[in-house]
Amino acid sequence: MSIGETKPLIDVRGLRVGRAADGRTLLSDVSFAVEAGRSLAIVGESGSGKSLTVRATLGLLPAGLVAQGDVTLAGRPVSRDPKALRALRGGTVSLLLQDPFTLLNPLRKVGKQIADGLARGKRTPAEIARRLAEVGLSADVAERRPYELSGGMRQRVGLACALAGDPTILIADEPTTALDVTTQAEVLDLIRRVQRERGMAFVLITHDLRVAFSMSDDVLVLYAGRTAETGPAAAVRAAPRHPYTRALLAAEPPLDRRLTVIPSIPGTVPAHDAVLGRCGFADRCALAGDACRDGTPEPRPAGPGRTSACVRADVLAATAPAEPETAPEPEPAEGSGPALLEISGLIRTFRGAKRPALAGIDLRVGPGEAVGIVGESGSGKTTLARCVVGLERPDGGAITFDGTSYGDLRALPKGERARVLRGVQMVFQDPYSSLNPVRSVGAVLAEALRAAGRDGGKAEVAALLDLVGLRPDVAGRPPAGMSGGERQRVAIARAVAGRPRLLICDESVSALDVSVQAQILDLLADLRSSLSMALLFITHDLAVVRQITDRVYVLASGHCRESGPTAQILDSPTDPYTRALLASVPIPRP
Amino acid sequence: MSAGFLARRALGTLAVLAILSVGVFGLLYLAPGSVERTLLGTRPASPEALEAIRARYHLDEPVVTRYLRWLGGVLQGDFGTSIRTGMSVTDAIGSRLPLTLQLTAYGTLLAVLLGLPLGIVGAFRKGRAVDRAASVTAVAGMSAPPFAAGLVLLMAFAVHLPWFPVYGAGEGFGGRLLHLTLPALALAIGAAGLLVRFTRTALVRELDKDYIVFARARGLPPLRVAGYALRNALIPILTAVGLIVTSTLAGTVLIEVTFALPGLGSLLVDSVTFKDMPVVQALALLLTLLISLVNLLVDVAYTVADPRVRFGEDTR
Repeated sequence: MSIGETKPLIDVRGLRVGRAADGRTLLSDVSFAVEAGRSLAIVGESGSGKSLTVRATLGLLPAGLVAQGDVTLAGRPVSRDPKALRALRGGTVSLLLQDPFTLLNPLRKVGKQIADGLARGKRTPAEIARRLAEVGLSADVAERRPYELSGGMRQRVGLACALAGDPTILIADEPTTALDVTTQAEVLDLIRRVQRERGMAFVLITHDLRVAFSMSDDVLVLYAGRTAETGPAAAVRAAPRHPYTRALLAAEPPLDRRLTVIPSIPGTVPAHDAVLGRCGFADRCALAGDACRDGTPEPRPAGPGRTSACVRADVLAATAPAEPETAPEPEPAEGSGPALLEISGLIRTFRGAKRPALAGIDLRVGPGEAVGIVGESGSGKTTLARCVVGLERPDGGAITFDGTSYGDLRALPKGERARVLRGVQMVFQDPYSSLNPVRSVGAVLAEALRAAGRDGGKAEVAALLDLVGLRPDVAGRPPAGMSGGERQRVAIARAVAGRPRLLICDESVSALDVSVQAQILDLLADLRSSLSMALLFITHDLAVVRQITDRVYVLASGHCRESGPTAQILDSPTDPYTRALLASVPIPRP
Repeated sequence: MSAGFLARRALGTLAVLAILSVGVFGLLYLAPGSVERTLLGTRPASPEALEAIRARYHLDEPVVTRYLRWLGGVLQGDFGTSIRTGMSVTDAIGSRLPLTLQLTAYGTLLAVLLGLPLGIVGAFRKGRAVDRAASVTAVAGMSAPPFAAGLVLLMAFAVHLPWFPVYGAGEGFGGRLLHLTLPALALAIGAAGLLVRFTRTALVRELDKDYIVFARARGLPPLRVAGYALRNALIPILTAVGLIVTSTLAGTVLIEVTFALPGLGSLLVDSVTFKDMPVVQALALLLTLLISLVNLLVDVAYTVADPRVRFGEDTR
């Protein structure tokens, strides 16, 4: 199979995905092509259809979904020939999936899993060792099973498995989203290096604009199942030709300065069929005019190698984006007056663990102060928060909240315990599992209000919903039909129902899309000043910490590596670990 | 790691057996009427005979001593003599045990041969006609009590169509196989239904997982992908097979009566009817032992199927 230099290895034309049962369309008019050695990032928020695009390309759609359109892989048309497509998987095209904890067969030795994808006759220990070496792993890993490996190692094994058949096209669906920041940087570097060495055509699916721009030559921005914009990564980043891309870029919190308000996109991503016959972004777009709601905008040329599906792309190009206002760095309020939360020498060791989860942590939160805890998985940041609210029992050290001292919150007399829990509340990471699915939003909030000693009537619930930016009619609905951002607003409303003095947010925005993340960060900043509460913000994301906290603690392996004013720590870190964290943030390619 | 796990499981099994042995020993004293009369059976209850029984069974000694004496005998394979036949209980059971074990093994084998493929096909063809047919058959099988299924099979394949014998155990391997086919099938029908459900559910869950999508995406052959899923669905399937072995063993009691097979089941029925306590005790203890052994084997099989089991609950 000989392919000319300029012929793309993967060529997708007019892809459309629909549900067979009710005829609904989820994705339409998606086209892209990637040549050997080139890379394309398909960017979009949840619901944009980016995962469906690759699944449809590879013929791996979930049951009940059907794809139309023309797919050509390495010169062979495969869209009407599932058998040919199956024969091309592995040897011509391969897919790396998101979650390293679920993508490997949990019971099969790593070496065998790699060998399963190797050509017959190549399944030798030497070849497996060579494949492991290619992804930076030693040969003895072959004898281990996935549960004996860390997340980063598993994703390396996943890459080796995906490459076992020597594909000329590699597709990666959010390959590093589930990994820690430093591990993410390593794995991204590895994928990029291997892609270059092998000269593969590379398609990267991601929601993370930073990752997209740092990894790829071209980008394709998907919105509500349609192509919003395509073009070379650097050009798109410098001057977006679609308002959605521009808004998405603006919503990405910067690492080097603090903004007064992070520009968020109002509303949420609509379903493909909800915006038929008009521009899907019009309802959320500041530039939208009548022309935008009059027919579906087709992608049209917008500069060299670029297309945009915005009818007002020229207007957009002519107007410079509003530069977001930079906020003055907050005055460190440390040491003034008594602390709201004072933690000293907190120790917690889990049974059977080799090292303590918390090895003597000191931490202080003043009244109304916003304090960040930054760390990767295993740093102890979540254990710390759980100790404060009594979900975890520390082995040593003391916690003082608002004048009440305790080690184990559950050992306090009932009255004092209730007083502490009224004063400190927590918002968790996953808004999909932290709300009871069978109770309506109103019932959840009424219960929280009553627990705080209020009557929990309709008016109070409505006021609480208004406080977090939700309409009162949400009260009658169960969480099932709500988006991630709406659910997180409900979770925040539940937490602030009793007007706590301290709100602990444990990775509360990391499961959300960028535009929604900006909304929630702005909401938290508003609530902090309107309810004059303190924030203890736990995250792995340094840019987020920059936006929302005054002071920050950097945690690693249960130790505090560094602490101080957020601006100072991020601008001039002294600890090597903090520097490594900062260096791991993906930077766009020059 | 593995040896320690096995030792713990074996000790647990021993402890369960020890506790149950007390219960089995107590059966004699729970039976209605006096112990002497029970042990005397149908013989006339003259004072001399009662005295002889008392002396032979050491009934004047304290209960604990009698239990230990009984247990000592049991451990040496001595369960006393049958009241009904005067035979040694060990001999009576020994002559009938092979038939019941053969019937149980045959029944389990048929259940696995019927249930496993149907469950696998159902999972891979989820929602299609084959799957629905398999599910309906499974429910029908599970709803049929073995003795009723046995009667239907007898009528159909031994009376109307004289393919199989109506009763008896048969001679030689071929004869035995022929004679045991209908009873084993009667036992297997319900068990196979259970296995279809377990296999299908476990496989459907595995087939939805990421590693299957990934395996397909990197072009592994369909058989290998199916192997990945089956291997990971093995634990629930093993659990079901363990349940099937024990339920088949228990089911032999009625089936042996239905098909007039001289196995442990018919011995148990006769002995209970006759209040032949030593035999009932021995049989109860033997069934307990067999069921415990099956469970122990299933536990061992778990650790082979999934090495993470050995490391306790800390698995993903």
